[in-house]
Amino acid sequence: MKRFLLILCVACGTLSGLWAQRSISGVVTDAATGDPLIGATVAVKNTNAGTVTAADGTFTLSVPGDDAVVRISYTGYAEQSITIGAQARLDVVMELGTLIDEVVVVGYGRQIRSTLTGNIAKVDGDQLRAMPVVALEQALQGQAAGVYIETANGKVGAASRVRVRGVGSINAGTEPLYVIDGIPIAKEQENTAGGPLNPLADLNFNDIASIEVLKDASAKAIYGSRGSNGVIIITTKTGRAGQSRIELDLQAGTSEPTGRREFLRASEFIDLFTEAANNSDDIEGVAYDDPNSWTDFVMRRFTRYSGRNDSWMERVDRTDWQEEALRQGSVGNSTLAFSGGHDKVRYYASGNYGFTKGILVSNDLEKYGGRLNLDFDATSRLKVGVNFSLSRTLTTQVSDDNAFSTPMQLVAMAPITPTRDEAGQLYDRPVTTYYNGLIDVEDAGRRVFSTRTLTNTFGEYRFNPALVLRVEGAANLLNVRDNAYYGRRTDEGNDSNGAAFAASSNTTAFNTNAVLSWNREFSNHDLGIDLGSEFFSSENVYSYVFGEGFPVDNLKTLSSAANITDADGTTTQYRFLSYFGRARYNFARRYLFNASARVDGSSRFGADNRYAFFPAASAGWVLSEEGFLKDNQTLSFLKFRASWGQSGNADIGNFPALGLFGAGSYNEGSTLQPSQIANPALTWEKSTETNFGLDFGLFKNRISGEIDYYVKNTTDLLLQVPVPATSGFTTQFQNIGELENRGWEFTLNSNNLIGRFSWSTSVNLAINHNEVLSLASGQTLIDDSGSRYANVVKVGAPVGVFYGAEYAGVDPDNGDALWYINDLEVNADLKATTNDYNQAGFVELGSPLPTLIGGISNTLSYAGVTLDIRFQGQQGNKIHNSAGGFMSCNACWFDNQTRDQLDRWQQPGDQTDVPEARLGYSNGDQSRSSRYITDGSYLRLKNVTLAYDVPTSWLRWGGFKTLRVYATGTNLLTFTKYEGWDPEVTTDFLASNTVYGVDFYSAPQPRTIVGGIRFGF
Amino acid sequence: MRLHKIGLSALALAFAFAACDKKLDLDPAQSVSEELALATDANVKSVLLGAYDALGKDGLWGGNALRDAELLAADGELRWVGTYTGPREIYNKALIASNGEAEDRWTDAYNAINRANNVLTALETVIADDRGQVEGEARFIRAAVYFELVRFYALPYEAAGNNSQLGVPLVLRPTRGIDESSQVARNTVEEVYAQIVDDLTRAKGLLPEENGVLAGQYAATALLARVYLQMGRYEDARSNADAVISSGLYTLVDNYADEWNNDDNTSEDIYAVQISSQDFGEATLPVFYSIPEFGGRDGDIEIEQKHLDLYAADDARLALFYEGAGAVRSGKWRNQYRNQPIIRLAEMYLIRAEANLRLGGMVGATPVDDYNILHTRAGLTAVASITLEELLLERRRELAHEGHRIHDVKRLHESVDGLAYNDPKLVFPIPAREIGANPKLQQNAGY
Repeated sequence: MKRFLLILCVACGTLSGLWAQRSISGVVTDAATGDPLIGATVAVKNTNAGTVTAADGTFTLSVPGDDAVVRISYTGYAEQSITIGAQARLDVVMELGTLIDEVVVVGYGRQIRSTLTGNIAKVDGDQLRAMPVVALEQALQGQAAGVYIETANGKVGAASRVRVRGVGSINAGTEPLYVIDGIPIAKEQENTAGGPLNPLADLNFNDIASIEVLKDASAKAIYGSRGSNGVIIITTKTGRAGQSRIELDLQAGTSEPTGRREFLRASEFIDLFTEAANNSDDIEGVAYDDPNSWTDFVMRRFTRYSGRNDSWMERVDRTDWQEEALRQGSVGNSTLAFSGGHDKVRYYASGNYGFTKGILVSNDLEKYGGRLNLDFDATSRLKVGVNFSLSRTLTTQVSDDNAFSTPMQLVAMAPITPTRDEAGQLYDRPVTTYYNGLIDVEDAGRRVFSTRTLTNTFGEYRFNPALVLRVEGAANLLNVRDNAYYGRRTDEGNDSNGAAFAASSNTTAFNTNAVLSWNREFSNHDLGIDLGSEFFSSENVYSYVFGEGFPVDNLKTLSSAANITDADGTTTQYRFLSYFGRARYNFARRYLFNASARVDGSSRFGADNRYAFFPAASAGWVLSEEGFLKDNQTLSFLKFRASWGQSGNADIGNFPALGLFGAGSYNEGSTLQPSQIANPALTWEKSTETNFGLDFGLFKNRISGEIDYYVKNTTDLLLQVPVPATSGFTTQFQNIGELENRGWEFTLNSNNLIGRFSWSTSVNLAINHNEVLSLASGQTLIDDSGSRYANVVKVGAPVGVFYGAEYAGVDPDNGDALWYINDLEVNADLKATTNDYNQAGFVELGSPLPTLIGGISNTLSYAGVTLDIRFQGQQGNKIHNSAGGFMSCNACWFDNQTRDQLDRWQQPGDQTDVPEARLGYSNGDQSRSSRYITDGSYLRLKNVTLAYDVPTSWLRWGGFKTLRVYATGTNLLTFTKYEGWDPEVTTDFLASNTVYGVDFYSAPQPRTIVGGIRFGF
Repeated sequence: MRLHKIGLSALALAFAFAACDKKLDLDPAQSVSEELALATDANVKSVLLGAYDALGKDGLWGGNALRDAELLAADGELRWVGTYTGPREIYNKALIASNGEAEDRWTDAYNAINRANNVLTALETVIADDRGQVEGEARFIRAAVYFELVRFYALPYEAAGNNSQLGVPLVLRPTRGIDESSQVARNTVEEVYAQIVDDLTRAKGLLPEENGVLAGQYAATALLARVYLQMGRYEDARSNADAVISSGLYTLVDNYADEWNNDDNTSEDIYAVQISSQDFGEATLPVFYSIPEFGGRDGDIEIEQKHLDLYAADDARLALFYEGAGAVRSGKWRNQYRNQPIIRLAEMYLIRAEANLRLGGMVGATPVDDYNILHTRAGLTAVASITLEELLLERRRELAHEGHRIHDVKRLHESVDGLAYNDPKLVFPIPAREIGANPKLQQNAGY
């Protein structure tokens, strides 16, 4: 390809004639204040020629001739395009911009928002910049309508989940496609064991210029088979000619957990468990002082838990285990960035270092990286460039939420148990109720290094003002090294004199694409055509070795292991080959049309169903350009949009269509066994989306907004259909079933006050209705939740709806837990109750997905002081505390209980929701019950930033051009009815497409406050 | 000129990717196709070994089938103190239809059956000399799995009844695709037992006398003896048990304790699940019976005094119990990464003795001689005579915690934890997920 390009360049470069050149100069000023604007871009449209204004707002530019169109743009101001005519001087007065005029990045191109026919949300890099969070998604939360973002828990480096316009699939991927500087990045879960690492945590926010979310079919269909879950385009900064800048940004601060749960104190613990044992003895008719009684058993346990002595009788709290798990965290970030350029070269270079000390013991992250974005004009027609980034992230991980060794499970320990014995050694079982996870803090460690290199080289050749060929070649290399050791006292290592593993995962992804674009404006017609092709290939190589038996704990690498007990090595790959085209036309910016089509082929499907076609079409009508509205003083902009299109989803494992046998071993001999049933007909999952939108601007666009209604139907779901296990298999991938997301999105931006004191407000709200329309024939339910969890897929309900027994409270007569029968076969009265959990029919118990999400932000500024206040929230979702059966089970077993269990039933007539305490008996402790499902709606003060830009006049002594001092905080306040640690939760070991809103010893989110300073030189 | 350039560009695009279509042909690196897997003699034998692997899964002989047979019959002799709710429900006889253990056993079992069925349909590919043996091994595995299934998921086999109560579905062909026929109904208990007896009888005839640590002729014979005993067919049980004993291939180890926690099969082992630190599959008995220092969880199963009271003070089998993590533990399943004996010679003596006692015969040996062989091996004095009751007590001592107890309770019409032998609470539910996936399955009473 590159050779072809070279030939083309040479051929075309020599053949083309030169345009007549002359120069033009002028000054660019602000309409409101009359001040010159420094650094505004002045460029000749459809060429590479351009410059930026100097400190006094002046510029000089070479233009090809009188019919040249000069485009003047400056962040925050309305872009202007002026046909220069014969004039030699061009003074430009810039009006404050409105969002209607902003330039947005679309797939394989850019467009002005007012001419869009699709739905694209844009977030400026500045809105993300100072956020002291680890991953990009966390900074984006609440900033774009219809984009639901959830971070699984408060562990540093925890995965975030992003759902654009609802959950679009059941078994295939539901994450949007990420495109960084034009290159699709598969958001693969690269971590080798345990909770997934977040690949976007590698990005330095300070490098981001803008983020665009393509939401409707017309916007995303150009990404065809990979677009059905939306596309998030991340564009990094580029330099500007004539303006050299050095920026140093430093910030540091601390973090705390957003919430805590209350657990029993020592005296309450002793009393409740003694009572529970007495009650069990009463049931069995055993005397309390009988050596075989539960009461005697409980006393022995108290003694054991006290460190084998009677100290529990003092009823003193020995340890607050929750505080042993949590700590004060801290963060620090620094970025040094250089940007600028000359006539023909533009650059942006940055380096960054940051660390996050998590709020959980032994959970840290450190990252550093660099970026170089460079582009230059090789000739007047050929522009070439490279975007290069390298990042390295080191995460010190803690175990998944379901492991005894994870810090949050410490809360299960008895408050009468001291952490250490007299010799200073940490207690373990049998003194501690369960394995003491603090031993992991001392004697184990798991460190995950990930190194990512993303390189994109591009060349753009302009044959003539209308025709451009852009060719890109990109490589995304990701290397994850996951090393852990477990000392001889740890849960993992105590049976084997220590254990360790080393794993490595290497992903190499290549992408090449070429797009030929033709754009032409003549009189009122504006026409554009793009044709392109793309090839994507990804290969992963993984290896893993586990060893046991270390001579001393100090030796932690596998070379010291006596036995290698487990090893693994795999390789897998997949590829996509695609062709696409798009045509765009508008008449006088009044009637807008857009059509696109893409053909995709994937190695993931059988040869017969390998290719698929994804069309889209859209139209817009700008009513405010019509005569009858043109001079309306109130309504300054009004546009109707409509779009329809199809996109696909092939985001499933590789080779799902084949009937396969896998390898294994028995008695150290190798085996073969059936691993997958064939389904040769397997093909894409398709989503068809219709969108109607209205964009408006009022009062010269000081208020602007968008309203959208969409219906997105996903059909031919790639469904992991449960099959009778009597077949030897439990599931098979089939194209079956249908899922719908429909909803409304509202965006409103208002410049309430402008001038010296300015105040702007931005609101976004989205209502989404998610419903499973059908599954496999005869199937109404996919239920893999077992007895402890409750998320299912059910026809007529949202994906992941909670489904289980409906708790009916406590029988006031005897303290039994009750459930509603809810089963016509058992009792005609559905609301009749039973104390037998098995008699209770399962019913829907609420959705873990919110029906309403949104954010509101206000920015106030006066005399250099800027205050940003942003709220984010969601409503209509439920949370299942599936650990309730352990921590809130009215003392069913020895886990320390939440304090609300003190409300247990004690004598006939007691009115309470907490059943009688019975040690060793199930009395309402069945997790899969509405007893443990509560409202999870919340409103969060997500971010507050107070910044002061020191006036330029004060800065002479320092040699700076700009200086900003700021303080910013995230997750500052949370308003919720949820009584757990934090309402933003899905336990990491379960999180999947269909599991949301489950709390299982999940760490709370951090509340972080940092101070920062930003120097500009 | 412009046309020329556009043409050139189009050509460039076409060339860039024209060769790529073939690049979409990729093969998996960790799996092979069905055709290839069953295409050669060696491959079919690998699939057979895979069936052994499946038999060793945690839901089956990997351990939980043995564990649950004890938990169901706890009766104050042992206590489940672990945090897992699945086993706790089994221990409390309060299973719910979605009990994870019940689901695992079911799916593990039919997975193993499908592997065996794959072998049985590919016998043509096996070289003629080995064909019979391969068939015999596959039938042994299938029978072993059905025996576990029918005992856990159905009401007990009634020696005196016609056994038309629902058993489990009999699936005897490998799965190649999913369609209507994949929805199978439950066969009767009688039909399932008939299939088990048929598979084992044929296996016995096909298998060589010795087959290393895999199933040989006497593994099938011994299992058949166990099946007949469960059915109350004492003559058949006796003749098979006697055949194993009189083969002379197996001898009791001298010290009872030596039978346990071994890397290799002992002289007493007729069939043991092979486990090593290099290849431990899903062995779970030490996980639940043992304590962290030996690789167990938290000592989830504690042995209670009521059980220890069954033994005489100087019984070597009593001495095998040990104290750890605050309770008494079974020494049989102490160390991880050790073979798990499933069928051993001692059981054959017990079967022969019981059958002889019931039938008033002395095939092979007198009941008291068989009894004394085990009794004296445990360091106790030989007795002059025994009653059936004493023999059954010896059986409880000898085979304690090896997964026999609830099946003996059902066979002998005893009761546990206040529940009669045929109480539906002692029967597992058909897993809820299975009822959901297959409407033809009828749920057990009480679920």
